[in-house]
Parts: sequence; C-alpha cells; structure tokens
Amino acid sequence: MAEIETTFGQVDPETGLKPMVINLGPQHPSTHGVLRVRLALDGEQVRACEPIIGYLHTGIEKNCEDLTFNQAITLTDRMDYLSPITNNFGYVLGVEKLLGVEVPKRCQYIRVMFAELSRLASHLVWLGTSAMDMGAMSPFFYTMQQREQILDLIEMSAGTRMNPSYFRVGGLLNDLPPGFEEKLRAFLDGFPHWLKEYYALLDRNPIWVERLKGTAPISAEQALDYGWTGPLLRACGVDRDLRKTNPYSSYEDFDFAVVTETDGDVYARYHVRMREMQESLKIIRQAIDNLPEGDWHVPGWKIYPPNKMEIGRNMEALIYHFKLFTEGIRVPAGEVYSAVEGPKGEIGYFIVSDGSGKPYRVRARGPSFYNLQALPVMVQDKILADVVAAIGSIDIVLGEVDR
Amino acid sequence: MAGVEDRPILFASVKKLAQWAQSGSLWPAQFGLACCAIEMMATAASRFDLSRFGAEVMRASPRQADVMIVAGRVSQKMAPIVRELYDQMPEPKWVIAMGACASVGGVFNNYAVVQGVDRVVPVDIYVPGCPPTPEGLLEAVMQLQKKIRMGGRPMAPVMPSPEEVAHA
Repeated sequence: MAEIETTFGQVDPETGLKPMVINLGPQHPSTHGVLRVRLALDGEQVRACEPIIGYLHTGIEKNCEDLTFNQAITLTDRMDYLSPITNNFGYVLGVEKLLGVEVPKRCQYIRVMFAELSRLASHLVWLGTSAMDMGAMSPFFYTMQQREQILDLIEMSAGTRMNPSYFRVGGLLNDLPPGFEEKLRAFLDGFPHWLKEYYALLDRNPIWVERLKGTAPISAEQALDYGWTGPLLRACGVDRDLRKTNPYSSYEDFDFAVVTETDGDVYARYHVRMREMQESLKIIRQAIDNLPEGDWHVPGWKIYPPNKMEIGRNMEALIYHFKLFTEGIRVPAGEVYSAVEGPKGEIGYFIVSDGSGKPYRVRARGPSFYNLQALPVMVQDKILADVVAAIGSIDIVLGEVDR
Repeated sequence: MAGVEDRPILFASVKKLAQWAQSGSLWPAQFGLACCAIEMMATAASRFDLSRFGAEVMRASPRQADVMIVAGRVSQKMAPIVRELYDQMPEPKWVIAMGACASVGGVFNNYAVVQGVDRVVPVDIYVPGCPPTPEGLLEAVMQLQKKIRMGGRPMAPVMPSPEEVAHA
C-alpha cells in the first residue's frame, strides 16, 4: 500500500513532473460493473495501478447467517450473477457434505448439465462484452441471442431466467420438465454453427488479433502466486481444473479435455474460453444422452421436503414439511470447504454449522476477487488502453468480488 | 383564420410536441450495478430490442443521458456516486428503479445496502422483480413514455387515473 502511494505522488527526477492520477470508474462503460481503478499515468503509460473495490458490497455472507440453509441458496445466486447456477452448486455440495448425503445419479447428471449450460452463458456474455470493449459491437448481439436460448432452458425448468436457485440441498427444485430434452438437443445442434460464426467474426479480424496478442501477459508463477484459477490460469499453461483434479457430482463419468494455452496474454484467454465452450457442449451432450432414470432428490423427508400431493394425504409428511420450512434442515455441527470449477475459476464455500437450521458462518471464495488482484502486475508500464483489455479479459463480476 | 382548414397546417401546442419528442427518444445512461444490469443488457440486445421503443442509445456519460436506469443494489459506498451521476444529468431527467434492490433494498435488509434508491434520487418508475424480466423493463420504459407525454411531473404516482391515460 505504501509503495503504491509513493508511486502515485512520486516526482520524475528527469522532468520534475508528477504522474497524472485518473480514476477509471466506478461508472465507466468498460469496467463491467462498479469497479474503480486508480491509475498514475505518465503520458499514456501506466506507472501505478490500484483497483479499488467495495462499491457493490452487499453483506451477502453476513445475511446468510440469518437464513436457513436452503434460503441462503438464493443469496449465492446474486454473487456471480452471470452464472448463478455454479454458485448454487458449490454451496449445496458443501451443505450435503456436512449432512453426509449424496444425491442420486440422475440429480448429479442434471446438475452437471446445468452447470455447463451456465458456463456457456457466462462465457457468451464475456465474449460479447469484451468484444464491445475492443470496439466490435456486433458480436454482442450474436452472443446474447444464443444466451437467450440457454436462459429459456433455465426458465423452463427453474421458473426464472436469472438467479434461478435451481439446485437445492439434497436435490433440485424439480425434475426436468416435459419437452426439455428436445429443446436442449435443438440448442446443442444449433450452437456449433454459432460458435463458428463467433470465430468468423473475431478470429481473423486483424484489429481483434493485433489488439489482444501480447496484451497484459502474466507468467504461470505469478498467476499461481496471485491465486488465479479457472480459464485465466489455464491460459498461462497450468492445467488445473477442479472437474478433473477433484471430480465432484460425477464429473469423472464424462469425457472432456482441459483446455490450456501457453502465452498467458489476453489472446490466449480468449482462446481458452472459446475452446472451453466446445468442451462444455460435449459434456452437456453426454449428460443428456446418458441421463439415468430414477430419483432426482435424496430419499426421505428429513432433508428434501415431501411433495405437495403427499402433504394432502399424509400427516407425517405435513409435519416434516412444516419443520423443514420453519426450522430448516438440521445440519450436524462441523465445518466444510467445498469448491467447484465455475466459469471464472474456483468457487469455494467454507461453511460452518453449529447444529442448528442456519449456517453459523458462510465464507465464499469468489474467483474474480483473486483474479482481479493481479491487474496492477498485468498493466504495469503498459498503455492505458491495455487496462481496458486486461479488465475485459479477467471477466470480473463485481458482485462476486465485493459480495 | 378563414380558409386555414383547407391548407396542410398542423396545430399543436409546443409543449405537447416537446413531450412527444422527448418520450420517443429516451437516452438511458449506460450504468449497471449488479444482476439487473445483465437483464438491462439483454433488453438492449437482439431478442428484446429496446430500440423499438426509441430508448436504445445508451450513453456512457451521464451528461448525455436523460434516463437513469438504476439496475441493481445500491451499496452505501455507491450511493453518493449515484447521486453525483444524477446531478450531472441535464434536465429534464427521469429515473427508473429497476428491480427489488433498487426499489426497496430487496432481500438485502442489512448494513451494506441502501434500502431503496429513492432515498438518494427521486424515482419515477419502479420495476418489480429480482431481476425483472426484460419485458418488465420494456413495460417500465413504456410507462415512463406515457408519463412524459402527460407532463412528466416529478414524483407523480406511477399509475395515473383512467382519464389521464385516455388523454395521453
């Protein structure tokens, strides 16, 4: 901190001039939310850079302590709002680990399917907006159009487009609705064409390539030092992917590759994400092809509430239902860390339970927070315009950084 | 005035004309806070196409905008900046509070979130939802246009009387 302050006020011994300090944000079209970046500039060169966060601090972690284990899922939605489903995923897996239950195979497959769908949706928003940052407007309209198809699928099964809270402790909100499979298959058949279209729009676009190649590079060691995860780390050549290294929710059943690049610049990150979309498509296709029959939630009424028909017929079901929705699920005392591979990196939850129906503490590890802190390293002594490219390539979501 | 009826002359009050023109070319400030901003982007994108209602020219600078869509939760740290942006917008200006958080604080009744952006800036239209669907935001834009055509009184109730609606 002290180091940064001296750079901000330092007088250049040759010219006798102080660097110009400017604020990028918190209201700026290319900061993707309410990020403020304080920059000390010498001409157009960045001498010092300091991301200032907290403009979207929402107190989500504190609020979780006030809600039952199932209610807190709704708050995890609102952290990384570009892929709420992967946020739910990490949280429910953590609570299930504390409870010591494992959901049936069908539920695991559906969860994988939705996690990959939301990875696609998140990468599509990233592609559209970062292309817009670089001055290419049209990819945005193409990517949002395909994203709408994914949101339709989510709306079909969860009832809402964004923030669906589809995953519940011990299961899902409901099974796949009728007609879902056909719609999903239609999307899967159509999407490769659109992926080609995105490549056609950007990959051989000289402005896009010139602008991104060699911009904001970082070495693998530095990336690991800063706690990078996800596509950003894989763009530096480190093949770390929780889906492979710590398989959860039956990811070991699926055949997919971990995409890596070696350059570690913005262009490599673009390629990693584009190829990840292809891998996600493969996973979704396998999940829907091999979807097991059977239950989609844990048996019994202690964790997953009985269905409404049962409540009308069975007194005991009514009691369990009432208890689950007033007291919440009784989770044994203990603590757990569970992490999943989100579209931006490792989304982890450290959950402490004191044996009651509400979590004692929920700490979220948002990948964007760790990815963002390497911004000063990436843009040191680069030009101002590279800062915009670097921020776009990190794919930050401020809801997750500030929580 | 004899014979005027036969000629192609249109009589209108300047005020009405100005209101009609204003309502048809709203320039929102490109200013997203949280989840709702993504739905705002979706509203502007290909499927919902905000430009059908003449409100697609999102301006990056508040000085060029006349509608502020507060899309998302306003934290205590962000509130003074929201006010500053509002003050930078030239008159006449309107505010849409998009979503539950901007309207009343939403699910976040805690130390960090301002319980409704109307504590900071005057709000014309509230849009319910968490986040509202793009259709919801489109409806809000249409309501705002109706309000502007009616005279755009600041802090007027959102739902006008049936007579006012008939005249608008």
